[in-house]
Amino acid sequence: MSNAKPMNAHPGMNLGYGEGAHDAEVKVFGFWVFLMSDLVTFGLVFAIFGTMVEATAGGPGPREVTNLHSVAIQTALLLGSSFAFSWASLSMKYHEGRWRTLFYLSFAATSALGFLIIEFLDFRHWIEIGAVPQRSGYLSALWALVGLHGLHVAAGLLWVGAMTAQILIFGLTDDIKSRVTRLGLYWHFLDIVWVGIFSMVFLAGIA
Amino acid sequence: MDNIFGRLTWADVTLFEVFKDPSIDTAVASAAAWIAVLGAVAVVALLTFTRRWGWLWREWLTSVDHKKIGIMYMVLGFVMFARGIFEGVVMRTHQATALDGGILTPHHWAELFSTHGTVMIFFVAMPFITGFMNYLIPLQIGARDMAFPMLNQISLGLTAAGAALVMISLVLGVFETGGWTAYPPFTGAAFDPGPGPDYWVWAIVISGFGSMFSGMNFAVTIYKMRAPGMKYLHMPVFCWTALCTSILLTFALPPLTVAGLMQGLDRLAGFHFFTNDLGGNMMNYANLFWMFGHPEVYILILPAYGIYSELTSTFAAKQLYGYTSLVWATMSIAVISFCVWLHHFFTMGQSPTINAAFGIATAIIAVPTGVKVYVWMATLWRGRIRFTTPIVYMAGFFILFTIGGFSGIILANPAINYQVHNTQFIVAHFHNVLLPGMLFAIFAGIHIWFPKAFGFRLHETWGKVTAALWIAGFSMTFLPLYVVGLMGYPRRSSAYDNPEFVPYMIVTLLGAFVLLTAFAGLVGTFVVSIRNRRDLAVPLGDPWDGRTLEWATPAPPPHWNFPVIPQVRARDAFALEKVEGRPYVVPEEYRDIHLPPSTMAGVMCFLATTGLGFALTWWIWWLAALSAVSVLIWLIGHSLRDHPHVVIPAKEVHRSNQAWIEAIDLATPVDRDHETKRMNRGFAATDMAEAT
Repeated sequence: MSNAKPMNAHPGMNLGYGEGAHDAEVKVFGFWVFLMSDLVTFGLVFAIFGTMVEATAGGPGPREVTNLHSVAIQTALLLGSSFAFSWASLSMKYHEGRWRTLFYLSFAATSALGFLIIEFLDFRHWIEIGAVPQRSGYLSALWALVGLHGLHVAAGLLWVGAMTAQILIFGLTDDIKSRVTRLGLYWHFLDIVWVGIFSMVFLAGIA
Repeated sequence: MDNIFGRLTWADVTLFEVFKDPSIDTAVASAAAWIAVLGAVAVVALLTFTRRWGWLWREWLTSVDHKKIGIMYMVLGFVMFARGIFEGVVMRTHQATALDGGILTPHHWAELFSTHGTVMIFFVAMPFITGFMNYLIPLQIGARDMAFPMLNQISLGLTAAGAALVMISLVLGVFETGGWTAYPPFTGAAFDPGPGPDYWVWAIVISGFGSMFSGMNFAVTIYKMRAPGMKYLHMPVFCWTALCTSILLTFALPPLTVAGLMQGLDRLAGFHFFTNDLGGNMMNYANLFWMFGHPEVYILILPAYGIYSELTSTFAAKQLYGYTSLVWATMSIAVISFCVWLHHFFTMGQSPTINAAFGIATAIIAVPTGVKVYVWMATLWRGRIRFTTPIVYMAGFFILFTIGGFSGIILANPAINYQVHNTQFIVAHFHNVLLPGMLFAIFAGIHIWFPKAFGFRLHETWGKVTAALWIAGFSMTFLPLYVVGLMGYPRRSSAYDNPEFVPYMIVTLLGAFVLLTAFAGLVGTFVVSIRNRRDLAVPLGDPWDGRTLEWATPAPPPHWNFPVIPQVRARDAFALEKVEGRPYVVPEEYRDIHLPPSTMAGVMCFLATTGLGFALTWWIWWLAALSAVSVLIWLIGHSLRDHPHVVIPAKEVHRSNQAWIEAIDLATPVDRDHETKRMNRGFAATDMAEAT
């Protein structure tokens, strides 16, 4: 690092002033770079969706696929999951033991799992009404965009599982704290993307 | 499931095609397949015979040392380069005979130009620049390794997986026929059910992830791992260009991934992103592809500019003229490169206003590029230039690249672009910027840094002759294409009916043979140099009177690069120390060095993604699932184990560094007139006109 005096770039993690802080600084920054790149990916899929909104080819359109009721529940669950995760992050900072963090993590995971289940029910409904991706360009883009987000959430769940095991094995070491922080960034990032999907795909679709 | 090999059948094995239906065309296809198979068998046999498997595994495949990963990237690039060159020669042979026909079938011809482009861009140019960045970035910024050493190895694995898929396509099935851009709907399931476009999609998507991770890794390394005191404007220019390339990789690879995956969904699952019917829109593909494709041009050329910058100041023994301008120019190019993608399809139906805007942006990008050329000229001006191999490449670059740049400005004008669009003029243009621009830089760079990596110089005479052959071969092969392009010879066309093209195409064929000779010269350079490695040895590490930190290490550098992390006060850190008369400072205190442990993550990712790509190409669903699940389980399992660092004891660091310092104390410094002589052991007598 270019400045020699001890620094604590990530007070939110409550690390020591040693190697751990520097390590976390590099890795968390690297994860931000990854998120930027992933955001570009989502941005492009959003853009493609934008160009294909009209391309329904006579098939089901936004009105047919939008069930605001279900979307509202999904939003509540995903935002709730993010909220639970921020409690996990806070307890990681303020409490020595690992159990409180794990407790909130399990809330975050359950809530996200609920999100996925409701989303899956939506997908099933779409298939029932013939709104399959093979039907039109619009539906291809819809499935790709919502599916890409869903896939990210599913991958995140897998990650929470692996993280839980790591916390149980290693405890909340500096390294693990930095990993949890990165997972948290990812988790909140998926919320932001969902807000985009919620407003641009579903709300704008029936507006 | 009716077939455990999906849709793969015996009929897809190209090896025996020539026996079933003998012709020049099938002979070429089968020969290529046999070369791929026998080449692989020969490598395996050689490794077994020399009992090198353990060595290969421990020292290379599982190593996370950025230097070794860089060298492996270069090796991968060279293997694929050999294929690309031979394809080029076959294509030129076809074109020389293509008046009303040609030796190859149109389908085979289309496969050739598609694989040639794909191989040269994604599996030659990309590994070469990634290899250089891998090797040089940590050494130049005074770091011990990348920010994410394991991810670095995984990137290599993913890139190699893409290359492996393209190689497998030689033996099993066919490759796609839609050029390296693979535009749908021509490459869509309706017109080409496969497996060609599937090979392309999965090779590109998988290696694309590798490149994207490399970009992130390099960017974070440069931002966060610089030696104390090295401010941004103290970095070597190569690191600046590498940083810009890394930023481009991070942001420009997602469009390619998105385009590739959507194309994959179209083909595998019947989606309608780019199809002709049900609302698909091919223009989305064109935009996505070139949103990647144009920055890609600069991804490749910027590190080359970095190499030219290091080259001019080193071999002119001068500080780089206009460092700050060069940095600004590099950054400007990186930013503007995202605003010009549409010039790749001026003729595809957008309004003249949009075309004009992109045309102007394209012309503007020539300004920072021009700044660079002037910077290099001003650096050479009144320098004490040594006429070594890199300078020969530089001379060729100056003239040829300027021609290529000018033809680019001509093409930036949409009105002219309409006239020469899709002709050989375009082929001439991009070869003109990629060969003298990028490839010459790579070869020049190899001559400069090979001694650093392996401890001995490359043979100068062989090097110079080879350089001259590249320059002559390039000129003969590609400059005539400007003329036939203007005469109306369409690009990618398998035959023509205008006899006036024939003389030009014969010249380019002869040129292609010169290029083949140049490639042989390159191989010869390596062989001769390895044989004479005792005479060419430069173990002391600074054969060219270098200016940046990588030269302040022995050749080859120890695994840990620096015994203690250097303190940097200014640009050209090592040159400054030499001018002040106190280079090779012995550290006051040695400490234990912690290095990341070896891992097989890269190999795992290589195997799994090769399997996955192959399975998705041939619809072998069980293999796809197995590959995906196994690599996930492995990675999660990896995260659940503790991986302690390798500790190099202070004593060993001390001993190794002391041995090197003592060797320097005993050596006689070699002045610049004798740097290509045997007496050059890598201890340079400093001769810098304006070192600081």
